Amino acid sequence: MLTKRIVPCLDVRNRKVTKGVKFQNNVDLGDPIEMAVAYSDGGADELVFYDITASAERRPIDIGMVEEIGRVVHIPFAVGGGIENLDDMYKVLLAGAEKVSVNSLAVRNPAIIESGAKIFGSQCIVLGMDPVMVDDRDRFPSGYEVTTRGFRERTGMDALEWARRAEGLGVGEIVVNSVDADGTRAGFELVLTKLIATNVGIPVVASGGAGTPQHLIDVFKLAHADAAIVASMVHTGDYSIAAIKSELDAAGVPVRKKW
Amino acid sequence: MIAIIDYKAGNLTSVKLALEHLGVACAITRDPAVILEADRVIFPGDGAAASAMEHLRELNLLEPLREVVAQGKPTLGICLGTQVIFDWSDEDGGVPCIGLMPGHVRKFVAPDPLCKIPQMGWNTMRFTRKHPLFEGIENDSEFYFIHSYYPAPESRDLVMGETEYADATFASAVGKGNLFATQFHPERSGRVGMKLVENFTKWNGQC
Repeated sequence: MLTKRIVPCLDVRNRKVTKGVKFQNNVDLGDPIEMAVAYSDGGADELVFYDITASAERRPIDIGMVEEIGRVVHIPFAVGGGIENLDDMYKVLLAGAEKVSVNSLAVRNPAIIESGAKIFGSQCIVLGMDPVMVDDRDRFPSGYEVTTRGFRERTGMDALEWARRAEGLGVGEIVVNSVDADGTRAGFELVLTKLIATNVGIPVVASGGAGTPQHLIDVFKLAHADAAIVASMVHTGDYSIAAIKSELDAAGVPVRKKW
Repeated sequence: MIAIIDYKAGNLTSVKLALEHLGVACAITRDPAVILEADRVIFPGDGAAASAMEHLRELNLLEPLREVVAQGKPTLGICLGTQVIFDWSDEDGGVPCIGLMPGHVRKFVAPDPLCKIPQMGWNTMRFTRKHPLFEGIENDSEFYFIHSYYPAPESRDLVMGETEYADATFASAVGKGNLFATQFHPERSGRVGMKLVENFTKWNGQC
């Protein structure tokens, strides 16, 4: 049986893993390479690296770091943040990443998803989206608006409409990162996750809000996510991947057990 | 030396990094001479069948690939590389493929809306036969898959391992003499997958 994926997310700034609440007050958590190896050896199913510095300050992606990760990690990993064009996608994939994640770029230029999927294959193009809850059903029928650039800009796009459109353009997977839940450790945004997961035919990764194993059980069982991103709860050492998986297993959620 | 065939399909670097990690000499190449001189060959790939076949033709790589397999050199197909060694793929409206492995490649049909296509993630493989490449690997171990199409060999004899997804129990590993091929990515399947890659680097091509 296909297992549910637990995906540690490493926000990287100046070659340090950082974590803040709603993109504020970032603190250094450690070395990205060391943390990647520890998670890979510890049972993580996949890794995601966001070079948040690149995204916020329009700097190019740190390809050297992608290569280093590819050399030491033997599980799939995705890279996002700072991808500006097809050439960037190519460089990241060539450096050893399995997937590239595009967010703001796809909003500005949706055709890039289509071209990327055609050239490199849908399986390696991930759409990241940062929806925020809005109370304006006329403009946003799903109840969520897509934001970009670290939640700083609103796009006027409905989250579900955007997800469906991106699927049609050929993305292989969608990471739904709730602005409202991000960094809170108070649980995933189940309504939003379920809305997207049950309305597209491609895998959906829940992101934002993971604080306890129960939060993951909920997002898999109640919101039908295919994968879930964890950050603070594992970065702080409060939970190991193995401990999370053993609770998921006990709750009847299929997880990878041999690594 | 292991030749990793470069036909403009993705995922070549992760294969190279896995071999380098094992300390095995390898080269990503599209040079037929290098491929023919190699001790063993890996035929990887991500992407779509039609463009893969087009590139193989355009780069004159079909003959060298057929030749190394005919010579008995240990050859490992991975993912799209595995799919295009069959006779035919249903992808892109139907594509005639290389025909090194009798059978064809079909698309998953989702039995319910919550079953996503592509299959993306870790799934178990149940051994259907003993094979030297499975040495030291437990039955029902998980491997990393990412695909919408799956191999359907003509004969059960070619199936080495099986996996269940969507509407299919499909051949996740196939073998025919010195040719072995997996639908999953062993080079991205953690320690278990690396064991399979390591077994390949030592395999003499006999079963």
